[in-house]
Amino acid sequence: MAALLEVRDASKRFGGVVANKNISLSVPAAGIVGLIGPNGSGKTTLFKSIVGYHPIDSGSITFEGREVSHLRVAQIARLGVIRTFQQTRIYGKMTFMQNMQISVPHRHEGLRSMFSKFSREVQEQAESLLEFVGLRSKCFLPAGELSFGQQKLLELAMAMMNRPKMLLLDEPTAGINPTLINDLIARLKRANADFGITLLVIEHNLRVIMNLVQHVYCLAHGELLADGPPEAIQNDQSVINAYLGAR
Amino acid sequence: MTKPFRQPAIYAGIGVIVLVAPWVAPSIVTQMAFLWLMVVFALTWDIMGGQMGYNSFGNILFFGVGAYVCAVVQRDSGLRYSSALALGAALAATAATVVAAILGPAVLALRGHYFAIATLGLGIAAADIAAGWHYIGAASGIVTPLFPGAIGDRGRFFYYLLFLVAAFAFSTLRWLYRTRFGLAINAIRDDEEKAEAMGIHTTRYKTAAWCISALFLGLAGAVAGNLAGFIDPHEFAFAGSSYGVWMILMAILGGRGTLWGPVIGAMVFHVTQELFWTYLLGWQRVAMGLFILLVVVFFPTGIVGWFQQSWSRRLGCAAGGLTPDVPSGQTGD
Amino acid sequence: MGNLTLLFHQPVLNLQLLIDGILVGAIFAFVAYGMALVWGVMNIINVAQGEFVVLGGYVVFFLAQAGVYPLLAVPAAAILIAIVAWGLYRAVIFRVVDKDPFNSILATFGLSILIQQLANQLFGSDVRTVESGVGSLLLAGGMVTISGIKLVAFIGTLVLGLVLVLVLQKSRLGQAIRATAQNARAARILGVDADRVYAATFAINGAICGAAGGLVAMTWIIHPYLGLTYTIRSFMIVIAAGLGNLAGVVFAGTGLGVAENYAGFVMGAEYQAAFVFSLLVVILVGRNLRLLRKREYLK
Repeated sequence: MAALLEVRDASKRFGGVVANKNISLSVPAAGIVGLIGPNGSGKTTLFKSIVGYHPIDSGSITFEGREVSHLRVAQIARLGVIRTFQQTRIYGKMTFMQNMQISVPHRHEGLRSMFSKFSREVQEQAESLLEFVGLRSKCFLPAGELSFGQQKLLELAMAMMNRPKMLLLDEPTAGINPTLINDLIARLKRANADFGITLLVIEHNLRVIMNLVQHVYCLAHGELLADGPPEAIQNDQSVINAYLGAR
Repeated sequence: MTKPFRQPAIYAGIGVIVLVAPWVAPSIVTQMAFLWLMVVFALTWDIMGGQMGYNSFGNILFFGVGAYVCAVVQRDSGLRYSSALALGAALAATAATVVAAILGPAVLALRGHYFAIATLGLGIAAADIAAGWHYIGAASGIVTPLFPGAIGDRGRFFYYLLFLVAAFAFSTLRWLYRTRFGLAINAIRDDEEKAEAMGIHTTRYKTAAWCISALFLGLAGAVAGNLAGFIDPHEFAFAGSSYGVWMILMAILGGRGTLWGPVIGAMVFHVTQELFWTYLLGWQRVAMGLFILLVVVFFPTGIVGWFQQSWSRRLGCAAGGLTPDVPSGQTGD
Repeated sequence: MGNLTLLFHQPVLNLQLLIDGILVGAIFAFVAYGMALVWGVMNIINVAQGEFVVLGGYVVFFLAQAGVYPLLAVPAAAILIAIVAWGLYRAVIFRVVDKDPFNSILATFGLSILIQQLANQLFGSDVRTVESGVGSLLLAGGMVTISGIKLVAFIGTLVLGLVLVLVLQKSRLGQAIRATAQNARAARILGVDADRVYAATFAINGAICGAAGGLVAMTWIIHPYLGLTYTIRSFMIVIAAGLGNLAGVVFAGTGLGVAENYAGFVMGAEYQAAFVFSLLVVILVGRNLRLLRKREYLK
């Protein structure tokens, strides 16, 4: 399967600290890939480089065959690469529906579309996506006043509303009640299977990784330590050492 | 969020009062005309500060540009009064919008405090530059042409004209806030980085918002300049420490980020100010300063904001609960 | 613009402008340091900074009128304005310390308007100055005049600045302040009372502004509407230097003083303020655009 996202020898340093050194990874279209590693391994830096949050020092990042490492966050988002945030970010003072509506794709934004109203279609789509993630009812409270778990689901629904080609999820199960994690994994798998969305997931929770992804990349100390299918990684001695030995 | 049945009645009621007011209270028609100017000030500031979260301390810049452009057109065009005024007003709105479009991308790239202080600098620099530019009268300013009509008519004419500008601004914003633009600027306010991460063209929307503010401010400047009769760079056109600050205060007093908030805030503020001027003469500015301080510190959500908070609490979440349930037939592996 | 050519024909004029710029720049830097202190510790941009300076100036003015030797009145101004600042913190400022930053800007802006109008009402809008009775130095064969009082003010500022830095470095209060600036929560856990630290910081800033204001009244003029320019200058210097960069503040302050003097000379005094404000916008936009290239922005 052709690679949708291809990172080649990406390196990034902050001052004297080398956060990423010559990292290469590849995410196949419609695939689900996991990115793991102990704290400080450089996963977040790599993640941020891919979404365009900061430039990389050297190497290349291509999406659908096209170089994106020089593009800004919004430009990359418009190409179909949407991310979620670890702390879960939504538009706090707007309602659920408004959060969803403004999350439609903004690929071509001319004067006419900027000042147009949202169609009934958009509303229906929003409602069905909200239902898909398990947020059943309409609510007029500002989204910021709802629980963390609900906000997380809203964020996922918003991401899907954007009809992304690829979703980058930053610790999607962090802070979620363990009993609901299976639920979330199921939904993510459905998003991938039914909507064809490619997933790249950073995760600390190894159970999630085992259940969700098809291929795992493990980072440690800023470098790629190992990669392979989940079962292989689970038993890889260097990976185990990295996690156990991490201070 | 207004209950649908309220709307026609409210607007009709206001319409009647507005139309009749100059005849009922002719002695204060000029003050009432200025009320509409205050409404425009508050509404245009609120687009930036309340709806979009970009607290501009320099919106007065566009008001001054509008006032001067119109006055210069009236002085130099050689047209009759009404044509000159119409042309001047149109050019004023255009010029102000162009200024916003040019400055927008660079200045709106600043965020938070930096944007606030940069716009403050812009407003003040404009006043000093205008005060030194001889073509527009330097420190002496420009006198706008004499109104060609009876004395009594002048006040009423500008009252209705300013009301039209205010009504135009209000109805435009009412429509705008229901479009994609309205939600986009709210998203920028709530979390600009998130908005960028979702692909929103933030620069485009921010600049558009400033241009819309500028358009109405420029228009208001043109008309108000004629009402005042005389455009002074520091005290009128680029009056940062009076109009410039009041804009912000009125929107906050009434309720930032709401449609009616700035309108109500403008009315309460204007009436309060007139009362201070009448009864606290000499100390009215001190009282105003104290009023500003108290509103900002103790009343930051404003009148409408306070109402909305209690409303949404009562409305709460519609029946059905909001707990994420496991969709039937979907179990994790 | 004829003045510009004058600078080339009479090079010694440059020396005059440079020296005057450095002398006044020290005071700018001092006031800016106070603003940086409040900003760094309390995350508040004190838009009333200039007004505190003006108040300090009035204290010295009135004390001088009452017969007090002006230089002695400066410490009195420092103490008085420190008390006023402390009082304002307890009454108003504490409510906006940990909240939405815009509220603090607006609150201090409201405060600045209040103080400005009070000053106008109580002291009148006339321009005041304090005669210090100190003569002038003549250099370069009479071509360069260094006003004695400006030199005194300069030295005074250096001394006060040194004292301030020592207090912040060595004293317990200073350590508490620096700890709170770095991490308020951690400091609190270690027993530092954040509220007291904030009050003390705000008061110290008041003292700085009071002293600076007194020096300004002696070396130039004081009037109720002078405040905003000092606030803007402080803000510019802090932005240019970055928070916590003392050397940067000194350099930026001096640079601003010199730049202003040149602008006033070349473009005329009425444009000096416009120059300051325009420069502010240019610096802000410029720095931000440069950061944007690295996909960052001024925070």
